[in-house]
Formats: sequence, structure tokens, C-alpha cells
Amino acid sequence: MGGGASVELLLLLATPLTGALTLGLLGARRFAPELNIGFSLLTFLAACALAVRVVAAGRLIVAHDQFFIDAFNVFLVTLTAFVGLTTAIFSRPYMRVELEHGRVRSTQLRLYHSMYQLFMSTMLVALTTNNMGLLWVAMEAATLSTVLLVTLYRTAASLEAGWKYFILCGVGIAQALFGTILLYFAAEHAIGAEGVSALLWTHLNGVKGQLEPAVLGLAFVFLLVGYGTKVGLAPLHSWLPDAHAEGPTPISAVLSGLLLNVAIYAVVRCKVLVEGSLHSALPSRMLMGFGLLSVVLAVFLLWRQRDIKRLFAYSSIEHMGIITFAFGMGGAVANFAALLHMTVHSLTKSAIFFAAGHAAQKAGSQLMDQIRGLITVSPTIGWGLMMGSLAILGLPPFGVFASEFLILTTAMREQPWATPILLTALAVAFAAIFGRVQPMVFGETTAKRLPHPPALLPVFVHLGLVLVLGLYIPPYLADWYRAAARLIGGGG
Amino acid sequence: MNGAPLTLQLLNFCAALLLLLSFAMLSQRRIVNLVNLLAVQGSVLLLATLLLAARTGQHHLYLSAALTLGLKVILLPWLLHRLIRRLGVYWDAEPLLNISGTMLVGVLTVVFAFGLAQPISQLASTATRNAIGIAVAVVLLSFLMMITRRKAMSQVVGFLSMENGLFFGAMSATYGMPMVVEFGVALDVLVAVLVLGIFFFQIREQFDSLDLHHLESLREEAGHGGRS
Repeated sequence: MGGGASVELLLLLATPLTGALTLGLLGARRFAPELNIGFSLLTFLAACALAVRVVAAGRLIVAHDQFFIDAFNVFLVTLTAFVGLTTAIFSRPYMRVELEHGRVRSTQLRLYHSMYQLFMSTMLVALTTNNMGLLWVAMEAATLSTVLLVTLYRTAASLEAGWKYFILCGVGIAQALFGTILLYFAAEHAIGAEGVSALLWTHLNGVKGQLEPAVLGLAFVFLLVGYGTKVGLAPLHSWLPDAHAEGPTPISAVLSGLLLNVAIYAVVRCKVLVEGSLHSALPSRMLMGFGLLSVVLAVFLLWRQRDIKRLFAYSSIEHMGIITFAFGMGGAVANFAALLHMTVHSLTKSAIFFAAGHAAQKAGSQLMDQIRGLITVSPTIGWGLMMGSLAILGLPPFGVFASEFLILTTAMREQPWATPILLTALAVAFAAIFGRVQPMVFGETTAKRLPHPPALLPVFVHLGLVLVLGLYIPPYLADWYRAAARLIGGGG
Repeated sequence: MNGAPLTLQLLNFCAALLLLLSFAMLSQRRIVNLVNLLAVQGSVLLLATLLLAARTGQHHLYLSAALTLGLKVILLPWLLHRLIRRLGVYWDAEPLLNISGTMLVGVLTVVFAFGLAQPISQLASTATRNAIGIAVAVVLLSFLMMITRRKAMSQVVGFLSMENGLFFGAMSATYGMPMVVEFGVALDVLVAVLVLGIFFFQIREQFDSLDLHHLESLREEAGHGGRS
């Protein structure tokens, strides 16, 4: 165990925080969006440097054991910083159009940019911290920094969405705090009162065999319900579609692409500890159960959506369910597939939100009935939405196909009873989403020109990456996933 | 030590008081009184922390007590009173379940809480065995309050009371969390109340009221979807 420090980690965590302060103090300047991109770019570079170092030197424990980086979280850190950067690029023209349409005032953009950076920094702290207590604090801070962004438009619906988001996630996260307390309690009884170190994940992981199983089992129930609320697992998912649909689209993209991943990360970290203590399949069964329930509920609710952003929000619940199910199965292959699915879902879903956001701006409505014929007015947005939808539905050759295929084949071998449920759900989701997207992309047009050209580069960069991941996973990335999958363990 | 049993008895007394206060909150409809009860709950928590600090001699508990005094006894109630005055919300509407019904559910909740806390209590030192069950009960009763109330302000008081219950649980089970975590949690709670303050003004600006039935238009099937 080392003290020591890491310049890369310091830069990674300090950059978005400095960004939040700077953008908050500077106020509504014309160059604020560019500054936002600049800070996000610096964060991404720091993340890359950190990844290079961890890949070369193995896991890193710094700052009096308070932070640690291993194969599992370094890939999520890089992904988070990357999507943070592309979303900032997308947000520049998008928010300018919103300003021109009169949906936000320029003074509100100060809050928007500042909170965007703060949100990034809370997620990065949550991912890199070694302290289960700090993980909780960072997760709660992530909610708080986005509540006011969800209500940015000040419409009745957005206020309702914000209130639901705040209360449901607040109550949920309070359960997680209780779970954390129980974890600490169990740790103190096993290791003796050692104060701070009793909440360190690396420390707990070392002694997980000695932790009292009865207490840890109870702790896991609370932790799963708590962090599961943030993952959007049914039946605690109802904040998710509202928050995604009513907030500004860049926020929908980072909530769906990043925050959900961070919440899953927290659940998996807890699962590793609890499984080591319990030596039973209880945590796995709970993850599989909640995962399947979310998948099934989400795909049937997909049919009833009329709003484009709500449609894809429910699709996020579905995919979070699939990932949770895969982590529940455990074992090298399922974990590998779940990690891959986290990556490709994050990239694809944010790309879809970028395209959907611009489509809604063009049509002047988020209602799918009113978005028609994108391909004639703006071929790039149209194709972006089409390709994104096909990718998220799991069509080859996109990466989602590869990960879903792996998950399904593993399920056939390990949990045969679940395979028909999953297959049916995927088919239903396909019919629901494809049936909606097709008339939006083709068909008669009603769209109008936008005052600022949309930034579509992020859409195609993301989809390109997903395509590449579907065709060929570079060996170093595969090694990385495999190392992370081993860390998570579980399964038979 | 001769003084030990007395502090222990006082600690149990504090725990009982907390439970009583939770029931008082459940039955209270005047929002100003609700906030006052929250402040009293904070004070009892402060007393319990000090007692525990004196008993165990752990210095970080004094720091934690100072945090409780500053945040839960003084700052938060003051902020909430200010909000109440500026927003002009004094009474909660009739709760979804009437008071006597809520009380009955509350009693059942307490029984359930003690059952839930059983495995933990068995491991805990005898000093605080009952306290853990009570802490879980306070958390669940606050949850019950959040479910049954209609005004946003009462739900927030429920939320903060739940946090107090969790804090008491952490204290009686483990003599408090590590300081860095406690500071982080306190900061989050403070920010949450500030964010809520802003939020309430936005809600009132939009609806001219803080009644939550305005916030029930989003449904799973459709949502409103339109843009102005």
C-alpha cells in the first residue's frame, strides 16, 4: 500500500473542478462553450495519460490509499472523459440554438456550464475513490449537480422531472448510505476499530472472507436498492425517463451515457465485496432478477412512448438491465461482455441523443409524430439517428451486437431459463424502436433550418468507434477488459 | 467506572426520545412545528453524540458533535424557517392517509425495524443494542412521512429526518463514520437544502403553490412531450 501521488490523477480530478469554478466566476461569456470544451479536452488528456500509466505499471494506490486505479475503473474513467469531451463539443451549437429559440436565457448558461464541469468531476471522483464513504458522497453530489440542469427550461414538466429526480434519488441514495454504514460496521468487527481504513475498498477486499455474512447480506440489499435507483433498475426507474426527456439534450446524453455507468460501477464494487463474504449466489441472483425485471418492463413501456427522448431513455433502462443481468451471471465471459456493453451502450446512446436533440430542434417538437423526413432536410442527422438506432438495437456489425451475442450465449449455457425472456425482450424492443425511427427518418418533411450548423462530428465518431468495436477489439483493449473481468470475478 | 451506567441510561433515553419525536412529526401538520421538531431531533442527536464521546473518549466524536450543532440544530432549521416565511407555506394539506391510520402503520413499522436490526444488534456492543433498532425505525418512519405528505416542504423535513436517523444509526453501530465521510455527507445535505430552496422558488413561480399534486402530469406511457 503506498502513499505517493500521481500527477495524472491530480490533473484528472482538478481540471473539471477548476473548470466549474472558472466558468461559474466568469459568468455568461460568449466564449464559455469553447472554455467548456477546453476543460473537457484537458480532462480527457489527463485520463489518457492515467490510462497509459496504469496499463504500463499496473494498479495505482495514491493519496494515503484514498484513491486507487485498477483495470476496471481506468477504462471507465477514460470513457467518461471521452464522452464528456464529445458532449461538450455537441453542446456548443446545441445550446446556442436553444438560446436563439428562447428556451434558455444567456445568464442560465453560466449555471449550465459550471454544473456540467462539476458533474464531470463528481463522476470522476466516484470512479477513482477507494473509500466507500466518499463514493457515496460523490454519487449524491452527482445528483445534486444535475438537478438544476434538469429544470433548466423551467417548464412545468421539467420542474416535475427535477423534483422526482431529487426525491427518488435522494431517498434511494439514503438507503445506500445505510448500506455503507453496515459495511463499515461489519469491517470494524472483522478488522477491529481501525477508523479510516475500514471503509477502503482495497482493504475490505483483502479481508472480505472474514466479514460477517449476515450483516453484509443486509448491507447489500440496501446498497443495491440505493445505487440501483441511480442505475434506473425497475421498479425504481421512474425518475429516469422524466429527467432524460425534460432536461437539455447534452445532459440527457451524459446522464444516460455516463451517470448510469458510474452507478453500475458502484453496484459491482459492492457485489465483489459481498460475494466474497457470503459464499452464496444471493447477490448474483438479486442482480439477475432486478436486471431481467428492468429489461422486461422497459421494453413493454417502449411501445407507449410518444416523445423521442423518452423512447431512448426507456431503451437505456433496458440496456442497464442487460448489463446488470450479465454482471449477475458473473464469470470471465459474462463480465467481459458486460464491460463491452457498458462501453458501446455509452457511446451509442450519447450519439443517439445528439442526433435526436438536433432532430427535435429542427422539428420544433420532441413528439415523434411531428418529426418527419429528416433524411431530406438533413441527411447527416437522419442517417445518424438511423445508424444509431440500428446500433443500439444490436444489429451486426455494430459493437452492441457483439456484446449482446456474448451475453446471450453465456446465458444459454449458465442460465438457460433466462434466454427466451431476453430474446423476446430484444425482439420487442427492435420492433418498437425501429417502427418509430423509420418514419422520422424517411417520409414527408416538416423540418426547418437551424440558425447554427449542428455539430455532428461527435455522432459519427461515436458510431464509428462502436462499429470498430463490433468488428475488431484491439488486443490491448481486450486484455484490459479481461483483466477487469477477472477483478470482478463471480459466476461458476 | 461509576458514571458509565448513567451515561448508558441517558443514551437509551435519547434513543427513546428520537423515536417519540419521529411519531410527533408523523402527526404534525403545521409546517413550522415540523421544522421545530426537526431542530429538537437535531439537539437530541447532539446530546447523544456528546454522551457517546464522553463515554468512549473518542475525540472525533466531539468534532462530529460540533458539526451536528452547526448544521442540524442551527443552520438547517434557520434556512427552512426562512424559506417558510418567504414562501408563505404554513400548513400541510390533509395527508394521503389520515393521522390515526399513519400512526398505526408507524407502530407496525417500528416492529419491523427491530426485526430488521436483529442481526446487527446481536453483533453490536451491549452499550448501544437498542439504539440500532431505533435508528432503523426513525429512518423508516421518516420514509413513511415522505410517502404520506403532499407538500414539498414536509417531504424535505422527512428527508432530513431520515438523514438524522441514519446518522444516529452510524453513531450507535460504529461510533460514527470516518471524519472525511462525515464532512462529505454534511456538505451534501447542506447543498441539497440550498438546491431545494432554489427549486421551491422555481416551482412556485411556475404553479403559484407548493402542493405536489401539480407535479403529477408525467406518466409512464406518454409524458407531455411538447415544446412551447
